[in-house]
Amino acid sequence: MSAEHPAKAGPAPSSPSPVAGKATRRRSSGIGVPISRSRFLMIAVAVFVGLGLAWWAATGFEWVKPIFLPSPGSVAAQIAKLATDGTLLLDLQASIYRISIGFLLASALSIPIGVLIGSFRTWEAAIEPLVDFIRYMPVVAFVPLSILWAGTGDTQKFLIIFIGTFFQQVLMVMDNVKRVPADFIGLGRTLGLPDRKILTRIVVPSALPGIWDTLRISLGWAWTWLVLAELVAATSGLGYRITVSQRYFQTNTIIGYILLLGMLGLITDQVMKALEKILFRQEGHSQ
Amino acid sequence: MNAPKLRIAGLHKSFGTGERRTEVLRDINLDLADNEFVSLVGTSGCGKSTLLSIVAGLQDFDAGELSIDGAPILQPGLDRGVVFQSYTLLPWLTARQNIEFALKAAGYDRSACREIALEHLDLVKLSHSADRFPSELSGGMKQRVAIARALSYRPKMLLMDEPFGALDALTRHQMQELLTQIWEEHRLTVLFVTHDVEEAVYLSDRIVVMGIGPGRIMRTFNVGIERPRREEVMETPAFMDLQRDVHKAIREASKRPEMA
Ligand SMILES: Nc1ncnc2c1ncn2[C@@H]1O[C@H](COP(=O)(O)OP(=O)(O)OP(=O)(O)O)[C@@H](O)[C@H]1O
Ligand SMILES: [Mg+2]
Repeated sequence: MSAEHPAKAGPAPSSPSPVAGKATRRRSSGIGVPISRSRFLMIAVAVFVGLGLAWWAATGFEWVKPIFLPSPGSVAAQIAKLATDGTLLLDLQASIYRISIGFLLASALSIPIGVLIGSFRTWEAAIEPLVDFIRYMPVVAFVPLSILWAGTGDTQKFLIIFIGTFFQQVLMVMDNVKRVPADFIGLGRTLGLPDRKILTRIVVPSALPGIWDTLRISLGWAWTWLVLAELVAATSGLGYRITVSQRYFQTNTIIGYILLLGMLGLITDQVMKALEKILFRQEGHSQ
Repeated sequence: MNAPKLRIAGLHKSFGTGERRTEVLRDINLDLADNEFVSLVGTSGCGKSTLLSIVAGLQDFDAGELSIDGAPILQPGLDRGVVFQSYTLLPWLTARQNIEFALKAAGYDRSACREIALEHLDLVKLSHSADRFPSELSGGMKQRVAIARALSYRPKMLLMDEPFGALDALTRHQMQELLTQIWEEHRLTVLFVTHDVEEAVYLSDRIVVMGIGPGRIMRTFNVGIERPRREEVMETPAFMDLQRDVHKAIREASKRPEMA
């Protein structure tokens, strides 16, 4: 997304000294050259505004037919209408419920398993190749199977979200755990701590910022799998509304919902990032 | 003569198996007397870190005898405090909590932990930073906390692998002075790995020069320089002569026998 790391962009370091004159002309572009935060935001906002204007112009001057691309106004009006008649709220409720359960189930299982296989080679040998194998199977191909197994209710949504995120999470958490410095474990051992305590008091806390990042990234994917599951077989939810709207050529609903999904993703991502800053604030930037 | 604090006798160590097997340490014999400060020097790859981590109990060895106060070393333990080059302060704990972490592991009760931790932060002159997190400390400060931590639970000996290797020259000097001060006051058995010969001469009672291919002990120097030592001692002829001799010994020891 555009506003990926506004904090990192930070204020530009003040140029060495004006006395040095021409010789130290400050570079304003180039690889890795920092820009000010306000400049970063300005550029980011300009891109959004530019795209919005292009959209508005393309529809306003009827360069494209409204059935393909409705105007921003029509999309906004349609979303407002769905919001007031309660449809939007019901769709949101159904989708958020599904993603929460599916994602929590996947995370609750993937974290302990990832920690285990990241720490013990025997467990890694037993689980890692298998997980690696499954994760390359396309999630989309599981949709028909998931319907056969679990019908078209919420369980099937949980299942698709689970298949889509769990296997990736396991490998990423394993990686987070393996990045724990070997000396941290050496420290635990020189202090005479048993493996179990080294795991709970050193390995897990040390890997936690990384694990949090894994959760944040996989939550983004979970949205995709949720909508996929709802597009194919559902009677409620954001994805379902999009499919139904296609049947009735309600392009404005489709576009409105797609934008909404983008916004929801962006919001959850920013919330996770903000929490990360609060939770791990004392750790500087991840080691 | 007193029994040695640490005894290393006929120690061998190889890595790998079959064709890839390489001998890293051959027939290491080294005794450390109680309260002795011994430095290991030698060219890169001669096995100093390997020897130190074997003594720490973090690595296995193939043959030989290894004991502390007569009891064989089988695993890592609280009788040997280790200071790693990489500081190894846990980033989610403050300076004080990092020390308390070790004390808790050593079985001290909660109220004692706090007191002892503060006492040791004072020892390394960091009382004012007790509640700061490692990310807010400089490299030298972090290493001071690590030393305080290793001292806090009263190990029988201290093992240090290039503890000041990552520090700038000035901080390094300050740390050396601090360490001599602490050592002269508290008297500990220390096995110290370094690349810096000046540091080795300044700190040690004895310097062990290791050679490569495979790693073994080539020479030992007794450092006769009187204590307490202050920085000025580095400018004395005796100091500089010894430093030169050790340098020369390292250079000779680092020639591989097959190349000679
Ligand atoms: N885990 C390992 N597996 C295989 N070989 C190893 C391993 N650890 C160390 N070695 C080898 O053992 C030898 C000694 O390594 P060691 O790290 O003890 O040297 P060192 O004297 O501490 O070197 P330096 O001064 O660079 O720290 C080196 O040749 C190294 O390649
Ligand atoms: Mg080393």
